[in-house]
Amino acid sequence: MHIAVPFFTVIFLVLIAYAGIEAAHLHVLFGIVIPYAAFTVFVLGFILRVRNWGRSPVPFRIPTTCGQQKSLPWIKASTVENPSSTFGVIVRMALEILFFRSLFRNLKTEMHEDRVVYGSAKWLWLAGLAFHWSFLIIVIRHFRFFLGDIPFVLEMVEGLDAFLQIGAPLLYTTDIIILGAVTYLFLRRVAIPQLKYISLAADYFPLFLIFGIALSGVLMRYFFKVHVVGVKTLTMGWLSLSPVIPENVGVIFYIHLFLISVLLAYFPFSKLMHVGGVFLSPTRNLINNNRMKRHVNPWDYPVHVHTYEEYEEEFRDKMKSVGLPVEKE
Amino acid sequence: MAKLPKPEELAKVDFKPPKTGWMDTPANLKPGTFCWGAKAKNLQVVDFPNARDWNPTEDDWKLPKEWEGTVLEAMADRLSKYRSFKLFLDICVRCGACADKCHFFIGTGDPKNMPVLRTELLRSVYKKYFTNSGKVLGKLGGARELTYDVLKEWWYYFYQCTECRRCSVFCPYGIDTAEITLMAREFMNLLGLNTDWISGPVSNCYTKGNHLGLEPHTITSSVEFFLDDIETITGIKVEPTFNRKGAEILFVTPSGDLFADPGTYTAMGYLMLFHELGLDYTWSTYASEGGNFGFFTSNEMAKRLHYKIYAEAKRLGVKYIIGGECGHMWRLIHQYLDTWHGPADFLEVPRSPVTGTVFENACSTKMVHVTEFTADLIKNGKLTLDPSRNDHLKLTYHDSCNTARGMGLLEEPRYVIRNVCNHFYEMPENTIREKTFCCGSGTGLNASENMELRMQGGLPRANAVKHVHEKYGVNMLANICAIDRATLKASMDYWVPAVGVTGVHELVGNAMVMTGEKERTQDLRLEPLPGEEGNE
Ligand code: SF4
Ligand code: SF4
Repeated sequence: MHIAVPFFTVIFLVLIAYAGIEAAHLHVLFGIVIPYAAFTVFVLGFILRVRNWGRSPVPFRIPTTCGQQKSLPWIKASTVENPSSTFGVIVRMALEILFFRSLFRNLKTEMHEDRVVYGSAKWLWLAGLAFHWSFLIIVIRHFRFFLGDIPFVLEMVEGLDAFLQIGAPLLYTTDIIILGAVTYLFLRRVAIPQLKYISLAADYFPLFLIFGIALSGVLMRYFFKVHVVGVKTLTMGWLSLSPVIPENVGVIFYIHLFLISVLLAYFPFSKLMHVGGVFLSPTRNLINNNRMKRHVNPWDYPVHVHTYEEYEEEFRDKMKSVGLPVEKE
Repeated sequence: MAKLPKPEELAKVDFKPPKTGWMDTPANLKPGTFCWGAKAKNLQVVDFPNARDWNPTEDDWKLPKEWEGTVLEAMADRLSKYRSFKLFLDICVRCGACADKCHFFIGTGDPKNMPVLRTELLRSVYKKYFTNSGKVLGKLGGARELTYDVLKEWWYYFYQCTECRRCSVFCPYGIDTAEITLMAREFMNLLGLNTDWISGPVSNCYTKGNHLGLEPHTITSSVEFFLDDIETITGIKVEPTFNRKGAEILFVTPSGDLFADPGTYTAMGYLMLFHELGLDYTWSTYASEGGNFGFFTSNEMAKRLHYKIYAEAKRLGVKYIIGGECGHMWRLIHQYLDTWHGPADFLEVPRSPVTGTVFENACSTKMVHVTEFTADLIKNGKLTLDPSRNDHLKLTYHDSCNTARGMGLLEEPRYVIRNVCNHFYEMPENTIREKTFCCGSGTGLNASENMELRMQGGLPRANAVKHVHEKYGVNMLANICAIDRATLKASMDYWVPAVGVTGVHELVGNAMVMTGEKERTQDLRLEPLPGEEGNE
C-alpha cells in the first residue's frame, strides 16, 4: 500500500500530463496556469509554514551538546560541536546544512552473539549528500532558462558538471548521480526491514516524483531532444508575466513541467519542509552558554511551591531536636 | 513480580519487525517491562488531576471523562508553546539514522523503541487532528485517531524512553525524541497516568525536600554515620553544618547519595574534601535534593520542585552554590533553572576560595559543578593526592547522558579521575562522551518491577563495560550521577558481575591525603587498601 499508491500516483500524473497535451491540447493549462499556481502555492506555503514554526517560541535553551563545554580556561572547549558563541553556532549550522555533519556520525549498531558491535555506515550520508548537492546544481543549471545572458558562473557550473565530456549534448554527471542516489534511497527503504517498517507513503511519493522529474529531464535532454529555444521562450515569458505557448515543444517537456509543478505544490505540506526546518532546530542552532546568560521563557508563569516556612512549620520540632537552626522558635 | 530471564537469554535480541504494521500492532504490556501505576495519595499531594489508585494490567485505567479532548487541547497548547515540539513533529524524513541509536531498541529489538517510531506514535495523532494531509489521507498519510489502545501504547513506550537524547546527536535535523517524550508524559499526567516510582518521589520531594522523603533529623543522622566512618578511616572528625546562615557556599546534591551504597561513599568523599579545604559551606535539609523527578511528569512540576534551590540560597545568604554529582539534576540546572527561577542576582559569580578561580561559565546561574570545582583544585595543586590508594581499581568512566549531551561536561571528571587513579581505561569511542549510552533506567524508570526492561536498556552500556573488563581487567565503573550509582550497580551485577560502581568523589576521598590523618588502612568502603590486605 505504502509503496504502490505513491508509485501509481506518479504514473497517473504522467498520464494526466500526456493526455492533457496530446489528446486535449491543454497547453495553456499545463504550460502556464498550473506552473504559476504551483509556484504561488510553493512560495506562500513555504513562508506560512516557516512563520508558523516561528510563532511557537523556544522556551528553554536546549542545544544537544556534542563536545566539551567551555568551562575552565585550561580545558580545551569544542567550539563548534558545543558552541559557546554565535560564531560557533554559525559554523555548526553550516556544517550541518552543507555537509550533513550529524549524518556523518552515523553508525551501524548490530548484535553479534551477545556483543553489541558498531560498524561504519556512511552510505546514507554519502547518498544524502550526493542527492541534495546534485539537486541543487541541477536547479542552478536551470537558471539558464530564466536569464537573458548566461553569466559566467553558470557556464562554469555547467562546464564542471559536464566534465566527463561524453555525448552530445554533453552528459551532466549530476543527472546520473541524482538518479543513482534516488534509486539507492529507495532501495534502502525497502531492503532494510526496520526502515521498511517505518516508511509511509509520504516517504515513497517524493522519491518516485523526483525520480520521474529527473528521468523525464534526462529523456528530454538526451533522447527526445526537445526544442530548447521554444522552452526558453516559455520560461522567459513566465518572467515577463505575458507567457506565450511556443510551437513544437514535445509532450515530454510538459510531463517534466507538470511533475515539477506537483512537487512545488506538494512541498510545503510535506516532510520536504525539513529544508526550512533544519535552520530552526533548537537542539542545533542555540549557543550552549546557559549558565553564562539567562534565557527568558516568554510564557513563563508562577507556580505553586512549597516554601521554607511551610517546611519549617511541619518539621520545627524535629529540627530543633537535632539542633538545626530554625527561623521561628 | 515477573521473573527476570537469565542474561544469556536476554542477550538474544530479536530484531525482526512484526508481520503486522505498527498501527495494527497494539502494545502488549509485558510484565517486567513497565512500572506500577501512581497511587492516589501521591498525586493528591501535588494537586495532579485524576488522582486514583489504578493498575496498568487491568483493562480499565479509570480515565477521566472526555480524556481525548483533554489530550488534544493540551497538544494544541504545547504546539503553540514549544517550537521544538511542533518542528520535530513536522520535519522528520524517516531516514532511520536514529533508529539503532537507542539503547532500548538495541536491547529489545522492538521497532517501537526506534526513536523515529516512538515519535511516530504521537506524530500520527498530531497528523490526524492538526494537519490537512492527515485529515484528508488518514492512514495512508500516517495519521490515526487517538483511541484507548493508542493511549496505552503511548503509556508503554513513552515510559521506555529515558530522554537520554542520544538519538538527537545522530539526527540530521537534531530531532530530539526526549522533547516528544516530555510532551507525551505531560499529556498522560493530565489523565493521571503516572507511575508509582515517579509520583512517590515527586510527592516526597515537594513536601520534604528530597525524593527519598528523608526528614531533617534523618538527614543529619545519616550524615552522622558517614562521619563516624570517616573518623574510623582517617582519624579525623569532620563537622559539617546544616541550614547555616551566612555560609559562603550552599551545597546541593541528590538525596540518593545519603541513602544507599555506593552513593554514600561519594557523599563521604564530598564531606572529606570540603573539610580538608576548610570550606565555609553548608548543607540544607530543605534544599536536600538536586535531582528532580518532577521533570519526568511535567515542566510545571519540575519548576515547582527546583524552586527550593535558589530560595534556600537566598534565605541562607550564601554567595553561590556548588552542585554534587548527578545527571538529570545538572541538565536542569544548566538548561532550565535560570530560566525558571532566575535571575539569581542575589548571588555572586562563583569564585573558588581556595584557588581564586572565577567560574565565568557559571556567571549567571551561579552554580558550579563539583567536578569543575575539584578539577580546578587539582590543577592548581591544592590537593595532596596519593593515587596509589586506588591501585586496586582498574577504572572506566561512564558519561551520564545529561551531563554529556545537555551540557558537555566531559573532561572535568576525566581530569579528576586521572589524577586520583593510576589505572584508567576508556570504553569504545562510540559508547562514550556525546555518544554515551544511558544506564537504561533514567527518567524514573529505576523501579524494580520493570527490571527486565532496565536490563535490556542497560545492555549496550554494560556491553561496553564488559569489553574493557575483558580487555584491560577493568573492575570499577566511575560516574557522576546518583541514579547511575544505583542503576549501574544492578546492571553490572546482572551483565558484568565482576565490575563495581563508584562516584568520582569517592575516588577523590580515597586518594586525598588529609592534614593530620592517621595512616590509612581502609578505603571509604572500609575495605583494606592495596598492600594492607594481609594486615586485617
Ligand atoms: S534521524 Fe531524525 S529525521 Fe531521521 S528518522 Fe530519526 S528523527 Fe527522523
Ligand atoms: S531519547 Fe534516548 S531513550 Fe529516548 S528515544 Fe532517544 S535514544 Fe531512545
